Amino acid sequence: MNGLLNFMTGLSLVLMILVLVSVRRAHIRVEYSVSWLGAAAALLALSRSERLLEKLAGLLGIGDPPLALLLVVGCLFLLVLYRLSIVVSKLKDANIALAQRVAILEFHLRSRDDQTQARS
Amino acid sequence: MKTGSDSLLILVPAFNEEGAVGQVVREIRAAAPEARVLVVDDCSLDGTASVARAAGAEVVTLPHHLGLGGAVQAGYKLAFELGYEYVIRVDGDGQHDPACIPRIFEALRTSGCQMVIGSRFVDGGAYPAGPLRALGIRFFRLVLRPILGQAVRDPTSGFVGVNRAALEVFSRSFPLEYPEIEALVVLQRKAFRFLEVPCRMRPRLAGRSSITALKSLYYILHVLLGVFVNVLKYEGRRRRKRS
Repeated sequence: MNGLLNFMTGLSLVLMILVLVSVRRAHIRVEYSVSWLGAAAALLALSRSERLLEKLAGLLGIGDPPLALLLVVGCLFLLVLYRLSIVVSKLKDANIALAQRVAILEFHLRSRDDQTQARS
Repeated sequence: MKTGSDSLLILVPAFNEEGAVGQVVREIRAAAPEARVLVVDDCSLDGTASVARAAGAEVVTLPHHLGLGGAVQAGYKLAFELGYEYVIRVDGDGQHDPACIPRIFEALRTSGCQMVIGSRFVDGGAYPAGPLRALGIRFFRLVLRPILGQAVRDPTSGFVGVNRAALEVFSRSFPLEYPEIEALVVLQRKAFRFLEVPCRMRPRLAGRSSITALKSLYYILHVLLGVFVNVLKYEGRRRRKRS
C-alpha cells in the first residue's frame, strides 16, 4: 500500500511541477491549469493522509483504500478531460466562424479591388 | 452580384478538385447562365482556386481546411449577406450534373418548399453506385422516415437548393461534418418543407474519393449521433417553450 501511495504522491508532485512550468512558459493558459492543479492537489492530499483515504474508501463502500484512491484519480482525470473537450469544442466552433469570416472579408476586399480596377 | 426576388447563386464547395472544378463551372454556366457561380475553395493544396477563376467563377478561399460543412456554410453565409433568394449547391468533383439545376431552381420557386433535393432515386433520377452505398442510403431512409414525418428517397444527396428562409437558418447553424442528413433534421424541426426532384448523378470527373470502408462506418455512427442530438435539442426547446 505504501509503495502505491508514494507513487501517487510522486505523480501528483510531478504533475503540479509540470503544469506550473508550462504555465510559466505560457504553454498552458492559467485558466486551463486550474483543473490539472486541482486534480494534482486532491491526489496529493489523499495519498498523504491515510485517515482521509480510509474515510473516503468507507464512504464509497470499498474495502481497499488504494483501490478507492485509483477510482478517485480516474474520476478526477475524466472530469478534467471532459472539461477540456468542452473547451476544445468551443475553440473549434470559434475557429471555424473566424476562418469563414476571414474568407468572406477577403472576398469582399477582392470584389472591391476588382470594381475599382474596372472603373479606372 | 445580382440580388433580388429571383436571384440564384450556385455554390460549389471544392477541395483539391483542380482536375474537375473547371469543367463543373463551365457546365454550370451553360446550364444556368443567369446565375452567379461561387466556388468555396476549402484551402486546396492544388490549383483549384485559379482553375475555378479561369473558368469564370468567383472564388472564396478559406484560410485553412474546414471540411465540407464548414465550406458550404461559408458559402451560405456569404449568399445570405449578399441578399440572395436561392442557393443551389453543386459539388466540385463533378458528380452532380449541372443540367439538373434549372429543374431544382424551378421547384424552389414554385413549390413553396424551403429545400429541394436533387434525388437519384425519384423516377427519372439516375445513380451509378455500388450496393454498399445503396444499402447505407436505404438504412438512413428507414431511420429518417419517423423523424421527418415523410419519406425521403435520397437523404445523402448534396445536390440541394435552398431558399432564403433555409439560408438564414443554415448561415447561423449548419452541421460541419457529413451535413446532408443532419441538415434535413434541422429543417424539419423548424417546420420547413422539402421536396425531391429527379436528378442524374455521375462518377466524379477527376481525382479519387476520400471515402474508405472505415470512414463509411464512422460516417454512419457520426450521422446517427448527429440526428439523435438534433432531435433531443429541438424536443428540449419545444418542451421549454410549452412550459
